[in-house]
Amino acid sequence: MSDNHQNNYLTYPRGIMSWVLTLDHKRIGLMYLFGGMFFFFLAGVIALGMRLALATPEADFITNDQYNSMYTLHGAIMIFLFIIPAIPGALGNMLLPLMIGARDVAFPRLNLLSFYLYSLGAVFVIYTILAGGVDTGWTFYTPYSTTSTTNVIPMTLGIFVIGFSSILTGLNFIATIHKMRISGLTWYKLPLFVWALYGTSLVQITATPVIAITMVLLILERLLGIGIFDPALGGDPVLFQHFFWFYSHPAVYIMILPAFGIISEIIPVHSRKKIWGYKFIAYSTLSIAFIGFLVWGHHMFTSGQSVFSQIVFSFITYFVGIPTGIKIFSWMLTMYKGQVSFTPPMLYALSFLFLFTIGGLTGIFLGAVALDIHLHDTYFVVAHFHYVMQGGTIIAFLGGLHHWWPKTFGAMYNQTIANICAIGVFIGFNGTFFPQFLLGLRGMPRRYATYAQEYAEIHSYSTFWSLVLGLFIFIAVVNLLWSLRKNNKLDPGTNPWGALTMEWTHTTSPPHPHNFEEEPVLTHGPYDYDKVIVKPTFKK
Amino acid sequence: MSHNKSSPDFLYHHFYDVNQQYETSKLGMWGFILTEVLTFGALFVAYTVYRAWNPDMFINANLLLDVNKGLINTIVLIGSSLTMALAIWAIQLKKKKLSLIMLFVTFICAAIFLGIKYLEYEHKFHLGQLPGEYYSYMGPEIANMNNPHIFFSIYFIMTGLHGLHVAIGMGLIAWLMYLTARDKLHSAYYTPMELVGIFWHLVDIIWIFLFPLFYLIG
Repeated sequence: MSDNHQNNYLTYPRGIMSWVLTLDHKRIGLMYLFGGMFFFFLAGVIALGMRLALATPEADFITNDQYNSMYTLHGAIMIFLFIIPAIPGALGNMLLPLMIGARDVAFPRLNLLSFYLYSLGAVFVIYTILAGGVDTGWTFYTPYSTTSTTNVIPMTLGIFVIGFSSILTGLNFIATIHKMRISGLTWYKLPLFVWALYGTSLVQITATPVIAITMVLLILERLLGIGIFDPALGGDPVLFQHFFWFYSHPAVYIMILPAFGIISEIIPVHSRKKIWGYKFIAYSTLSIAFIGFLVWGHHMFTSGQSVFSQIVFSFITYFVGIPTGIKIFSWMLTMYKGQVSFTPPMLYALSFLFLFTIGGLTGIFLGAVALDIHLHDTYFVVAHFHYVMQGGTIIAFLGGLHHWWPKTFGAMYNQTIANICAIGVFIGFNGTFFPQFLLGLRGMPRRYATYAQEYAEIHSYSTFWSLVLGLFIFIAVVNLLWSLRKNNKLDPGTNPWGALTMEWTHTTSPPHPHNFEEEPVLTHGPYDYDKVIVKPTFKK
Repeated sequence: MSHNKSSPDFLYHHFYDVNQQYETSKLGMWGFILTEVLTFGALFVAYTVYRAWNPDMFINANLLLDVNKGLINTIVLIGSSLTMALAIWAIQLKKKKLSLIMLFVTFICAAIFLGIKYLEYEHKFHLGQLPGEYYSYMGPEIANMNNPHIFFSIYFIMTGLHGLHVAIGMGLIAWLMYLTARDKLHSAYYTPMELVGIFWHLVDIIWIFLFPLFYLIG
């Protein structure tokens, strides 16, 4: 760590106001990180509570209404307050300007506003929890959401506000990527994480406005009875589902695309090899973003669609598998004949490859109309979703966190503990969610607090391993935070992993308040391990 | 990493030069316009769905709207788009006074638009031509028609959201007048005026779609 505190964005400038009013993308990224981690913890605890209640077939220590509220809050908080903002808001903010040699994002004040909108949305959500929760499920389907007596309005208002935060971050990143690159950094020389953020931002600005106006319509429906979604007044509740999934299907790509970007960074660095199929990975990001807009109907196979629409949506859904497959094989070929080292980020990246592949393939099952009608609203869907979102996004996020932790804080965590946790998370995750595929195939419906005796055994496995999973994630995060203690002697050096992207080669760890002490000059591509010799600087 | 002393005071520290700042701001604004189009897009979809289901009701309910007021508003808003463009043209040519006058005319046009909209709304409130549950009008034009309140739900939501944009635009134009009067905007730096101009033209274009879809379908 640098002795001169003025060269470290964490210590200069000083004072609480320098954080509250900061325009520095790195500090805003940190605030997003800690905000996101808080809600990850909160929603994680709710999830463990649900699993405990599901350990036996009876509703043990919570009522059915409480259970309804718990799964709604777990879903809504995880999605809207952690997964969607966490990677672009935390890692994206932190890294994007550093990766392209910029002094900041294009609109620093907008960036701060976007964080405060996120916080305001979070206040609405916390109010919802304190006022007794909301029981509609995170999808807020009408007509139940227009008649439920729980706190639908504060929750949807919170999502509306967080939507603005998401849009502003997306706009900011698009302008930054287009206009703030240093000279010579052409599109094909960008790190793939930047491409991933670009695809994510495009989806954020094109899909989010639709959910925003849908939430407004839902609130107006409750307040004024406008009748748009109310069949008694000539409205159509299925139109809500169309609007909702027109956003929320692309939104799952808002959640997974940045994770793809993280994996594209981790694998070449820890395999010491140039990424395989750079352009394929870059363009598959954009094609996933595009195809994602054409498949929303596959959430509504049982909502009374025409057979023709079912077939069309099912067919287009299969197309998502093509660019995704291209990515998976490109990452595998990157490792082929590389010097793979089993560092904590790499272990997370490897578990991502396994878990996301399972999640993706079961998505193909669910995209088939006939099978989906059997599996709709069962634990199979729950397991698929968690394999993609937790096994995909959150595992990649943890990997990214371990990868860029030394960059962000200039401190190295205990790698042995981190490795044990990475393996523990992998085992605990599979133990929790693989049994849920079996439950779903046997017909266990989702969103029930009680269930038939025949499911008891599989449910109890899932509950046991969920506690293991929770414990290892907790230890992994504590291990990271532990590295920040003042007497921690582990100095990672500037480039602990020997990476070639600009945030490692052109600035210190932690970075200078203005990012680069001198104007950065591009000297090599982000993955030129075949041309440039760069050695890891961290010695255990 | 700071600019040399010759760099102009309107250049933010994280940009290399004035042109980069201008191009970036403009790109950001166009991105924002895209989000606006999609916001209204969802409402246009709702309009399309309910009109396709209730074609006769929409045409009959349309007769309850005041075409003349709508037409005046259309002319006023298109005129204000012209004066907005002229304000930008004037400031490029260093005609500060002309630019201020044009901004003021734009502001007044926006106020007239909202004033006429208020008269229309008030009339409908009076007659009970209101959204959803509050609808109570039972005149001969819509006799035997199903769910005329749906037409008014969509009418009030779309024109209401558009009206909100006009009101926000008025605030932005007032801010531009303040900046121009204080010489913060001038021929070398008029980016905020250009961006508000783009926003104002969007507001205009949305109305150009709303006017025929609600007032002229009869």
